Amino acid sequence: MRTLEEVELHQRVIVKALHNHGSIRRRLLDLGIVVNTEIEPVLESASHHMRAYFVKGTLIALRTNETSLIEVGEMDRG
Amino acid sequence: MFSKILAMNQDINELYMEENRGYSIALVGNPNVGKSTVFNALTGLRQHTGNWPGKTVSLASGNYIHKDQIHEMIDLPGTYSLLAHSSEEEVTRDYICFKDCDVCVVVCDATCLERNLNLVLQTLEITNKVVVCLNLCDEARKKHIEIDQQKLETLLGVEVIRMSARNLEGFEVLKDAVDRCGKKQLNYDHILLCYDDEIEISVKRLSKAMHTNHANPRFLALKLLNEQSDTSMFFEKIVNKETIQVILGEEKTRLSSMMEVQSIEDHIVHVIAKKAKEIGEECITFNNSTYFDRDRKIDRIVTHKLWGIALMIILLFVIFWITISAANVPSAMLSELFGYFEAHLHALCIQLNLHPTLHGLLVDGIYKTLAWVVSVMLPPMAIFFPLFTILEDFGYLPRIAFNLDGYFQKAKACGKQALTMCLGIMGMRTSSLHKKA
Repeated sequence: MRTLEEVELHQRVIVKALHNHGSIRRRLLDLGIVVNTEIEPVLESASHHMRAYFVKGTLIALRTNETSLIEVGEMDRG
Repeated sequence: MFSKILAMNQDINELYMEENRGYSIALVGNPNVGKSTVFNALTGLRQHTGNWPGKTVSLASGNYIHKDQIHEMIDLPGTYSLLAHSSEEEVTRDYICFKDCDVCVVVCDATCLERNLNLVLQTLEITNKVVVCLNLCDEARKKHIEIDQQKLETLLGVEVIRMSARNLEGFEVLKDAVDRCGKKQLNYDHILLCYDDEIEISVKRLSKAMHTNHANPRFLALKLLNEQSDTSMFFEKIVNKETIQVILGEEKTRLSSMMEVQSIEDHIVHVIAKKAKEIGEECITFNNSTYFDRDRKIDRIVTHKLWGIALMIILLFVIFWITISAANVPSAMLSELFGYFEAHLHALCIQLNLHPTLHGLLVDGIYKTLAWVVSVMLPPMAIFFPLFTILEDFGYLPRIAFNLDGYFQKAKACGKQALTMCLGIMGMRTSSLHKKA
């Protein structure tokens, strides 16, 4: 399983599954991180605990303990 | 005599209000889309805030006059969805669902419409008396984002208007649209979102059997099926409670043999997201992505490991320096002014032959302390807050939070607390995960 945490900067991927639970999961869904959405890490925080992701036209900052539970896959070619 | 006139005046006012009562309008939208700007511009100073009974979320309401009618507007808390995950969402959903508001205005950020469509679609599941308001159209133009307004109207089945609240553009169009929308007949026939077959079977069976009192049976049916918490509120809207209770029980058992309650909710979220994406793909065109690149370049600098933090320290230092040095002059002036009055107060007390204890208490105690606090505190605050607001408007504050989050986490705190710490003021309205571009 490849997680969002492992994706390199500026590499566009697709969310495959959310393994988060409870309020964090709901919050992620509300913020538009739903299965089949494109997501791209664009910035890394100085402390490496956090990265900013470009999702549906907005930047969203997520911590590694959240992104390590988000399963991602390659973008479909074409 | 005077009180009589006052009472009469009030009666006339109330009569006028009663005769010309317009619509009650609920203002909904994601956080940071300029909802409050719209609200403030429309209602001006004719507004007040009040608490929702039983909840700690405060609501602002106000009114505006359009075509001799007084419309009441409620500024509901900003939410991403109506699935009632947080108290804000619950308040918003309950208001739209149970308060019989005449028109619901959904404010969207035109620069990231697809994300906002999520809330639009959810609102449309409850009522068709909706006006979609695309705010920040000027910003979208700058980013070369084109939105096909006509197509969006056809796809959503409600009126869509464009505005730019901070430039005060589009308010007349909005008022007219609200007027037209208020006259519209409430109906629940326009179905935008279709769910999984099994869920649809249950929903159809429930909504067909349901007799409601001003509420959308389809929406209630769906909520009853996936709601994990208290559903008694929904039942208040249903006339034939017993029948529905029985059918609901049957359908729930039927569905639970096929899927979990959690997966029903997941499914609903996905259907909404998919629809929003479809509509987005049809109506929105991005002509130039370099605008975002420019934003990213700036972001890269301000959140850089070294420069970002250096820049932050320098910026904050400059702001504190400006505040402290620039505040000295007005502070000195104020204290001089207060000193001048103090001398006169002393003279007055002596003239009135006040007891020395009382004299000391009033002038040296109360007056001097007050004068001191005002002259020391007021000038720095009057300089610091506007400067800080400028930083906030540029969106720099979330970047500071982003830079510092890791360090704060080590102290079991969160990055957004950096702001409160360096200020020691107001709770910032930064949401726990969200960082607005």
